[in-house]
Amino acid sequence: MRRVAITGLGIVSAIGSTRHTFWSALQAGLSGIRPIESVHHSLLRNLQGAEVSGFDAAQHFNPKEIDQIDPFALYALTAAAEAIADSGVDLTDELRQRTAIVTGCGLGGKVTEDQGFRDLYADHKPRFHPFTIPRAMTSAGTSQISMRFGFTGPSLTVSTACSSANHALGQALWMVRSGAAEMAIAGGSEAPFTLGVLKAWEGMRVMAPDTCRPFSKGRLGLILGAGAGMLILEPWERAQARGARIYAELAGCGMTADAHHITMPSESGAARAMSLAMADAGLATEEVGYINAHGTGTQANDSTEAKAIRAVFSVPPPTSSTKSMHGHAMGAAGALEAAATVLALYHGVLPPTANFTTPDPDCDLDVIPNTSRVCRVTAALSNSFAFGGLNAVLAFRALTHRILP
Amino acid sequence: MPDPTIDPIIERVIQVIVKTQHMDAGTVKPESTFEDMKVDSLDALQILFALEEEFNVNIPDEAAKQLKSVADIANGIRSLLAEPAAAPPTPA
Repeated sequence: MRRVAITGLGIVSAIGSTRHTFWSALQAGLSGIRPIESVHHSLLRNLQGAEVSGFDAAQHFNPKEIDQIDPFALYALTAAAEAIADSGVDLTDELRQRTAIVTGCGLGGKVTEDQGFRDLYADHKPRFHPFTIPRAMTSAGTSQISMRFGFTGPSLTVSTACSSANHALGQALWMVRSGAAEMAIAGGSEAPFTLGVLKAWEGMRVMAPDTCRPFSKGRLGLILGAGAGMLILEPWERAQARGARIYAELAGCGMTADAHHITMPSESGAARAMSLAMADAGLATEEVGYINAHGTGTQANDSTEAKAIRAVFSVPPPTSSTKSMHGHAMGAAGALEAAATVLALYHGVLPPTANFTTPDPDCDLDVIPNTSRVCRVTAALSNSFAFGGLNAVLAFRALTHRILP
Repeated sequence: MPDPTIDPIIERVIQVIVKTQHMDAGTVKPESTFEDMKVDSLDALQILFALEEEFNVNIPDEAAKQLKSVADIANGIRSLLAEPAAAPPTPA
């Protein structure tokens, strides 16, 4: 079985739309949560969001492409382009044929659908825009990446709500590890800022009116985010042979289902996913020096996740939720958090949990409150636990601790 | 028959194509075909949608398949406009 290197990163997010701006904000503990701009406030109860920042579609796409592509797929394409350029990989015809694309997307093109439904139901327009289907399908991001770069290997989209990108990255890891693909571009994207989606989330009563304060006693819920994260995965030996800059090893993935409840999380499903990820990576619990938590900022998630971490680790490692900064970007969440974890390992700096106020005895963890921490660690986990109990945890190993072939 | 170069229907058809395809005005002529304009099947759907909006007509799927040029479209629109029941029904 081949080891898998991460050699490229691309980001579109509320805290910057390049990997550099993203990492600067994470390191500084700067939150991208602010009043929602793209949806009128008059019908909203919760006015805060983490919409993308520093992203100008017109800079990357021509008017025809903007007509044909929903924002969630524009984000996916933009992050993919950055990740590919960052990797410096030579895209030969042979490699293009053997490159897999696995994107996560929870919702699909809601901006497109919302507009169509408004035209139909509210404005009684007799016809739907013909681009509605190709813009809105959840796999559009994968198709657009394939067409843009000429990748013709196994390509698919994984949709498991808030775990989508972690499931996508895990699937891509296993494809590159097994030899089913020679390279993969994997991650996730989401563009959930529409009136319909925001109202649907309001109905869940898990949205914070102020900000996202994961693991704080006064936490009031999650803040929706948007964006994309894409990672380039290559077999370790080939990456090394071409002299690629390797950020970290994507070492393992653990996937479980809770079989419990459509919205309430379960401690055992989360704990088993973490244990399986470490087993898949060949990591001992003592080697894991950082966890990027699912950490949504809801009452239920954060206390359950803390208990799950305590069940797996007799001494829990420092654990932060970067959702406090980039928001809960649904199908992109796992990809943004994988990038945050990879950059933390690469730079030897653990990003904080921003907006932290008061410790909660139900979340008894070192959450790296508000200030990042210089700390080189051997390995890290990144958790994603979706509504409906679909869990995926990724395990990463830092470069400096790799076992040389 | 009026001179097609000044036919207002042709003018409006051309405007719809130029706008939806982000083309330069003047590049679409009355005799232009979809092939000349590099309009693919998805582009054609967008043009049909915009034409239905522009002329408030309902272009049937079968008729839509026959449209290959600006002249085809203009002729088709002209006959739809001549039909008394051309306007699409408004949903309740």
